[in-house]
Amino acid sequence: MAMQAHEIEELIRSSFPSAKITITDLAGDGNHYAAEVIDESFRGQNRVQQQRAVYAALKGKMDGAAGELHALALTTKAPD
Amino acid sequence: MSAEQQIKDTITANDVVLYMKGTKEMPQCGFSSRVAGVLNYMGVNFADVNVLADDAIRQGIKDFSDWPTIPQLYVKGEFVGGCDIITEMTLSGELDTLLAENGVAFDKDAADKIREANG
Repeated sequence: MAMQAHEIEELIRSSFPSAKITITDLAGDGNHYAAEVIDESFRGQNRVQQQRAVYAALKGKMDGAAGELHALALTTKAPD
Repeated sequence: MSAEQQIKDTITANDVVLYMKGTKEMPQCGFSSRVAGVLNYMGVNFADVNVLADDAIRQGIKDFSDWPTIPQLYVKGEFVGGCDIITEMTLSGELDTLLAENGVAFDKDAADKIREANG
């Protein structure tokens, strides 16, 4: 079960409308992505809080063996 | 015993616990392997819990931390992060600080070597 990069971006975008989002398909197989999300709302949050919020935006796509997305390397930060 | 109670007992009884796919000797996922590899290389004494061996724990640990992915690292009962966070913290030196503050022994030279090789 693969996902397209733009589908991932749209899911994240729905929760972080003004974020800078960069999705990279690491393996070219639609299953191993890296996402960098830079958003003002992350300011003052630690990384666990930031990435929990991104996972929440992905609405279960990462959940378990049935998840559509096996691997998403996340980098989150507030704008410099 | 409930999965939640088992998890609480495990992270209370051990200073450093890694919930992972596979074991520290034989990881079965690249992300688990990376975190276990860092801890092994830094000489950190940690307990490993193979979530593939127990479905209740595999789901239970995700519910416990409200975190959907494995691996998950706990230090002194506190959830620290998954693979990406641990990688960032290793390279930034924050992991050294966290371990030191919690009285967990590790090889500082080895940690420096990781940073030199990935700097």
